[in-house]
Amino acid sequence: MIETIRRLVEAYGPSGSEGQTRAIIQSEVESLADDVTVDALGNLIAWKRSANAGARTVMLAAHMDEIGVMVTHVDKEGYLRFTDIGGLRTVTLIGNRVRFENGVIGAIGVQGDFDGTKAPRFEDLFIDVSGADTIRVGDAAGFWREMVVRGDRLVAKSMDDRIGCAVLVETLRRLTQSPHHVAFVFSTQEEVGLRGAHTSAYAIDPAIAISVDVTRTGDFPKARPMAVALGEGPAIKVKDGGMLAAPEVRALMERAAKRSKVPYQLEVLTAGTTDAASMQLVREGVLAGCLSIPCRYVHTVSETVDLNDVQHAVTLLTRLLSDPV
Amino acid sequence: MRRLIIDLISPHVDDIQTDALGSIIAAKKGTARRGRLKVMLDAHMDEVGLMVVEIEKDGLLRVVPIGGIDPRILPGKRVLVGTKALPGVIGVRPIHRLKEDERDKAVDVKELRVDIGLDSREGANKKVAIGDRISFATDWKDLGQMVRGKAFDDRVGCAVLIHLLQGERFPSDLYVAFTVQEEVGLRGAQAAAHRIAPDVGIAFEGTIADDLPKEDDVSPTTELGKGPAISVMDRSVICDRRLNRLLTGTADELGIAYQFKQPGIGGTDAGAINQTLGGVPVTALSVPTRYIHGPVAMLHKGDYRNTITLAQAALSRLDETILSGEPS
Repeated sequence: MIETIRRLVEAYGPSGSEGQTRAIIQSEVESLADDVTVDALGNLIAWKRSANAGARTVMLAAHMDEIGVMVTHVDKEGYLRFTDIGGLRTVTLIGNRVRFENGVIGAIGVQGDFDGTKAPRFEDLFIDVSGADTIRVGDAAGFWREMVVRGDRLVAKSMDDRIGCAVLVETLRRLTQSPHHVAFVFSTQEEVGLRGAHTSAYAIDPAIAISVDVTRTGDFPKARPMAVALGEGPAIKVKDGGMLAAPEVRALMERAAKRSKVPYQLEVLTAGTTDAASMQLVREGVLAGCLSIPCRYVHTVSETVDLNDVQHAVTLLTRLLSDPV
Repeated sequence: MRRLIIDLISPHVDDIQTDALGSIIAAKKGTARRGRLKVMLDAHMDEVGLMVVEIEKDGLLRVVPIGGIDPRILPGKRVLVGTKALPGVIGVRPIHRLKEDERDKAVDVKELRVDIGLDSREGANKKVAIGDRISFATDWKDLGQMVRGKAFDDRVGCAVLIHLLQGERFPSDLYVAFTVQEEVGLRGAQAAAHRIAPDVGIAFEGTIADDLPKEDDVSPTTELGKGPAISVMDRSVICDRRLNRLLTGTADELGIAYQFKQPGIGGTDAGAINQTLGGVPVTALSVPTRYIHGPVAMLHKGDYRNTITLAQAALSRLDETILSGEPS
């Protein structure tokens, strides 16, 4: 599984430019699913169908897109000005490297006499690509960093949410049969407004929708108090900044965890949200929940997860989908 | 506004409907025998303005802004109040009476009064009602290379669409929506797109041109005279790369200059259309416009003409094969 994770987190795929990531996932799921489609917004949907045509549909969603930057202006010397794709804090950007779809890698610099006493503004930053003339306004870049394996700990860019994608791929691999139709949705444009999940949930019209995404932890020095830690099992969401999880879905996940004897934690996140928030509000409303992978340093190039949590999440979901819901 | 558009397009379309929110949806069947796409073209009819919220005892009107208006540009401007276009002036204190620190500050809209030349509430009540809309009283002028007027955001988009409808049919079925309430949250487009259920959508806009001389080498958002502006990403949407490739490829073949609108700012009806039903590939094509959301704006005639030429040529090429490409 580590090699699949490596390929996924190192792939290019800022919101709206998920094609390279989608191609990797497509090659993984094609032989595992009954059918695989790509919809109007670029969502990849792998179906595992029940023999019972009238079965209920369960939708799982993990987003393919990552945070990144987009070029807004190329100045006379060839330096690039940029805007954010998704939620970026400028303190994470100085000296960082970004990679464009065509492979060009740029370094982020800060203009003027920067003394480091306060966070720069976006307008103070630029990307240096040594005047590469293949980059123009509107080109998107993701961050560039290789994954590090340190025992059970995996450190990489884009764990948010390629680790969720990896969990879905592995769950699909393990799921021999389900009493439900299961739609494994690898969604687009989550980081800019939960957009791909919104429209794909409308089209799929599921009875139950579960997102698999990363969540924050409270287990590093002077962390904001939060009862989620790395290595204590996947986190079953109770609420976050955009959603109250359906108690029914939370109960299903807790039941599956107990039946499959995997540890789990309950999650209350005070800010941020996931695809589940937008899936919950399509059509007449959908029972929605989220299974989270605890992750330190979210939205930096060193997002850190514990492999045991990832594997437990796969076991939990496989069990959940194998039983009647 | 709605009546004017209906009069201009009626002879050229197969069907016209007005929906519950007040948007116009005009249908014009395509010429392709099979696999005709449903293409939604959109421009919004509404403009930024003010609304009367109180008629005071001395006949002056208290107002609130509708849509994004810079309060610094309001004092001293001529306006038209209500559907009967009652002339008025946004009151301003003479410079002689301002204290030093007041001269450097914008007056809050709450402090402004619209003066319609009446001196009592009773008199004003006969001509004005709470809720009446107020627009800028700006006369149109042809300046040769450029034109000036109010509400180019988004009447220039409406004008492009009227022009497209008055021409020949395209291969695709066109559903042209002249929408309401864009400036307050892309509302009309959301309902119109749900009704149309399009395969693809294109919003036409008058967009920001911040191209006056600047000290720093930074984005002007768009520039007048540099051609139609294609959107890639704004706060409401990430545009479909297949549609943008159609636009840039068509422009390159025709030798029409184009520009990309500065990504990351603003939002258009394309965002609402994109999130409709199972998702709709969209983009936005704009005429660069100086001084939008103010009383008077300017645009370049060449940009306007080239926006129409580019849209016509792209729509002539648009067919179902576009949806077989990689969407992102």
